[in-house]
Amino acid sequence: MRPDNRAVRIGIGGPVGSGKTALVAALCRLLAGELRLAVVTNDIYTTEDADFLRRAGVLPDDRIRAVETGCCPHTAIRDDISANLDAVEELEDRLGPLDLVLVESGGDNLTATFSKGLVDHQIFVVDVAGGDKVPRKGGPGVTTADLLVINKTDLAPLVGADLGVMARDARARRGDLPTVFLSLVGEPGAAPVADWVRERVAEPHHTPRDHDPAPAHTHGP
Amino acid sequence: MSLSTLLVLADGRLPSGAHAHSGGVEAAVSAGRIHDLPTLESFLVGRTATTGTVAAAFAAATCRALTSGRSGVGTVPHARDEATPSDGDGARLAERVAALDDGIDVRTASPALRVASRAQGRALLRAVTRIWPAATNPAGPNPHHPIATGIAAAAAGLGPGDAALVAVYGGLTGSASAAVRLLGLDPYAVHALVARLAPECDRVAADAAARADDPVDDLPAGSAILLDLDAEQHAIWEVRLFAS
Ligand SMILES: Nc1nc2c(ncn2[C@@H]2O[C@H](COP(=O)(O)OP(=O)(O)O)[C@@H](O)[C@H]2O)c(=O)[nH]1
Ligand SMILES: [Mg+2]
Repeated sequence: MRPDNRAVRIGIGGPVGSGKTALVAALCRLLAGELRLAVVTNDIYTTEDADFLRRAGVLPDDRIRAVETGCCPHTAIRDDISANLDAVEELEDRLGPLDLVLVESGGDNLTATFSKGLVDHQIFVVDVAGGDKVPRKGGPGVTTADLLVINKTDLAPLVGADLGVMARDARARRGDLPTVFLSLVGEPGAAPVADWVRERVAEPHHTPRDHDPAPAHTHGP
Repeated sequence: MSLSTLLVLADGRLPSGAHAHSGGVEAAVSAGRIHDLPTLESFLVGRTATTGTVAAAFAAATCRALTSGRSGVGTVPHARDEATPSDGDGARLAERVAALDDGIDVRTASPALRVASRAQGRALLRAVTRIWPAATNPAGPNPHHPIATGIAAAAAGLGPGDAALVAVYGGLTGSASAAVRLLGLDPYAVHALVARLAPECDRVAADAAARADDPVDDLPAGSAILLDLDAEQHAIWEVRLFAS
């Protein structure tokens, strides 16, 4: 159990269709046996998504919470995080102590990042089909995420994406911050990301945060 | 009253979860009742006269209950420190606020809207207790939104009229902004509409402040049946962009 009894919260952001839900599902499959985990999704969420996570991810429905974002997915993870905090805390209250909560953002553009008031670490997922110039374009997601995932490497030959260029540009933008190339359709799938997540969960003290609401002072009997 | 503090509380960017609630607009758009500027206008006028007026009255009454012992309400931000309620006052205060919270329950026919109101109340309280840590909350963790608005205004050193204005104006702009996002209406035209309706918010708020000490049963009880029915439908949609 974590010292402060709170799960590590990891945000997974990135453009629509880059593979965030597929990554969440793969992480659940790899980690559900060893970690107590739950998922909050901000994506436009259908029963199909739930079915997908349930089938693919060994994750029962009661461990997934969907949050509506009022057509503003970036607002819900950055400027006004209250609905997401509410969902995370509700899961923690209901399910008991957790090790890990994954928060999937609704797909947005390259500038959408998570508030530090909501998550401890963030992963930004782009894909090679979005063009091999994406890392060069930068933006806060690519530049500052704790882990950059460049997904769908299996498609690189089909879309003429140069992975070498993407690796070079990512290094230029991100300095020492890590980048991993993935294909979630083949082997080893999400294993490198799962390893990174395990390290974050194993860290003895994650960044202390102070957002947890102090109960308001109560007058009366 | 501090105008700038009132602006902090009325600002749509206050992180209190408001952006994810459409005030019934998403359901009304889907039902075809709102599709252009004139239909949005009649929705907003109707909503302000019903839900908006109720929210204003209950926000004002909650704020009054919390600030009545305070000298020069709203003029000195921390004046309430001089007027810490005795135990008897505290009990009366808790009782009045609980009665106001019940009053919103009985005025909200739709269970989905009751849930949405408490979710917004909880989110607003989260913001308030972070922004004004000395906030007094006699209402527990899940107050209805208008009750939380009254608590917020009191915590910010504002008075009942300010609380009412935040409640009714927030309802107006929240709904208008949802319509802009859902229908792609011209934002200038929608804001012209908001500006036209703003004086009505002043009137509703002044009325609410004047009645802030009334018994709960005498406070406004207007409702719009379509808001209630639509909310029940909306809550069971498979895909929703707004929480309510
Ligand atoms: N070829 C290929 N398709 C992938 C990969 N990862 C995800 N996809 C597909 O990309 C589509 C979008 O993925 P999804 O996870 O829903 O994206 P999200 O919008 O970021 O959540 C789905 O059809 C996935 O099956 C990958 O590594 N390779
Ligand atoms: Mg997704």
